[in-house]
Amino acid sequence: MGQIQLKQVTKSFGDVQVIPPLDLTIQDGEFTVFVGPSGCGKSTLLRLIAGLEDITTGHIEIDGTDATDLVPAKRGLAMVFQSYALYPHMSVRKNIAFPLRMAKMDQAQIDKRVDAAAAVLNLADYIDRKPGQLSGGQRQRVAIGRAIVREPSAFLFDEPLSNLDAALRVGMRMEISELHKKLDTTMIYVTHDQVEAMTMADKIVVLQAGVIEQVGSPLELYRTPRNTFVAGFIGSPKMNLISGEEAAKHDAATIGVRPEHIDVVESGGTWTGTVGVAEHLGSDTFFHIHNTGLAETLTVRAIGDVNLTHGDAIHLNPRMDELHKFDAQGLRIG
Amino acid sequence: MARSVTPRRKLLNTTIAWAIGLLIFFPILWTILTSFKSEAQAIASPPIFLGFDWTLENYRVVMERSDYARFLWNSIIIAGLSTVLGCIIAIPAAWSMAFVPSRRTKDILLWMLSTKMLPAVGVLYPIYLIFIELGLLDSRAGLVVVLMLINLPIIVWMLYTYFKEIPGEILEAARMDGATLRQELIYVLTPMAIPGIASTLLLNFILAWNEAFWTLNLTAVNAAPLTAFIASYSSPEGLFFAKLSAASTMAIAPILILGWFSQKQLVRGLTFGAVK
Repeated sequence: MGQIQLKQVTKSFGDVQVIPPLDLTIQDGEFTVFVGPSGCGKSTLLRLIAGLEDITTGHIEIDGTDATDLVPAKRGLAMVFQSYALYPHMSVRKNIAFPLRMAKMDQAQIDKRVDAAAAVLNLADYIDRKPGQLSGGQRQRVAIGRAIVREPSAFLFDEPLSNLDAALRVGMRMEISELHKKLDTTMIYVTHDQVEAMTMADKIVVLQAGVIEQVGSPLELYRTPRNTFVAGFIGSPKMNLISGEEAAKHDAATIGVRPEHIDVVESGGTWTGTVGVAEHLGSDTFFHIHNTGLAETLTVRAIGDVNLTHGDAIHLNPRMDELHKFDAQGLRIG
Repeated sequence: MARSVTPRRKLLNTTIAWAIGLLIFFPILWTILTSFKSEAQAIASPPIFLGFDWTLENYRVVMERSDYARFLWNSIIIAGLSTVLGCIIAIPAAWSMAFVPSRRTKDILLWMLSTKMLPAVGVLYPIYLIFIELGLLDSRAGLVVVLMLINLPIIVWMLYTYFKEIPGEILEAARMDGATLRQELIYVLTPMAIPGIASTLLLNFILAWNEAFWTLNLTAVNAAPLTAFIASYSSPEGLFFAKLSAASTMAIAPILILGWFSQKQLVRGLTFGAVK
């Protein structure tokens, strides 16, 4: 079991309130991702759940029991830190065994669990090494190993992949997703990378300045962003947000259209402009387009290799059924 | 880009480094050499560097005249106990300042250091009077307390710098893993801080060993350590340079040997945090 509920939780550091009253329920077995720009309070929120920070007001319930005043160790949660936070003076085996030793489990049982975890994470060959002798990816696996041996009711990940290089990051992303499927345990994962959020999450919580902007599945957030912040944050490249006259034509203060929902046409088209930068990726081509008569630079994604370069004229047709409309407050209309 | 060092430049640097090293070491070397001269040769002008008649006479006389073992024992007790006592107080203090700092932590640290800015003689009278009142004059217990107190700011500062270097996330990981505060200190913090604690202990021991102002002023016979032993040979009424040197050599020998064996640890301790 691993249902986590936050009820009217707030957090202040001195006079500064970083988390205004916040309610959130994370269901048992769910992979929830907290995503938002730097300083949005996502890590603070995770640390409040972990018990590493005391909440200022409100309640935290884990599996229906009030955990607000419990010390971290008593909450039954395991955490993987951004810096891995391995014990540098202990071998991989001792690192993984540490939580079990603290729980006073008997040695035979500890060995069994550590070996099982090492096997799952491909750590058997490194089991007697010290963390200093391991690569970043291996250290990360040790940190995960230390978390899984405890069989916690939920895992907390604090930007676990941000110290890894790009290739390794994709690999570990998959490993963590697979681990989630295998263990079927609640996981809360903090990241500023919306790609990680989209690819891993069952449920994404988008945060800005300590406030939850939207909660939903990756595709819900992609299809129906609740406001301009979520619209701009989720999706890569970013959604084109257009205001002014063009938006007024659609009875909105701002309209949004994703780069992949604008078709490049031979002639005519709603918008005409010139190509600024063209990024040819082979599978896709991203165009950054100026001189459309709109205030904003448009980004367009074309499938395949489209033969247009800097300075060429381009004709564009946004798909009307994929248009997002927002009011003056930035909230979604209809 | 790495700076290129030409062989000539390297030779020059090495020569300068050795010259400065020898310059610093020279007084100690001269003391040791003098201790093997006769009193007449010790004050010969021009001074004799190596070509003198080597003799152990001074050591024999010094051993005969004074009870070296008692002074040595006092030094060990006073330096040792004041260091241990200091650490017992400083480790928790530095831990709390490093890991649960309050708004006043920086002020407290500075204030502690400021006590080192006062000339010791400025508080000689009050401390002397307190010692008389408490019957601590010429007692080892009294010296242990005083030396512990005067070195405490340095120990706390050194340990604080060490502890600051330990990433907080590792201690948080231990907390998440179910370690109590005591277990966190024993299994995680202390093993990681051992190099730092060791060099702090060592430096403090050396400082306490060489401390002369308080040991000379607050002791007479019973608690007198090696500093007093040296001082007893510097008398205005005769030529005792060779014997004084012999006494000095005997007094610094133990600490010199200790320092030699632990120089790696000591250098690391003193430069810790300077280079990461």
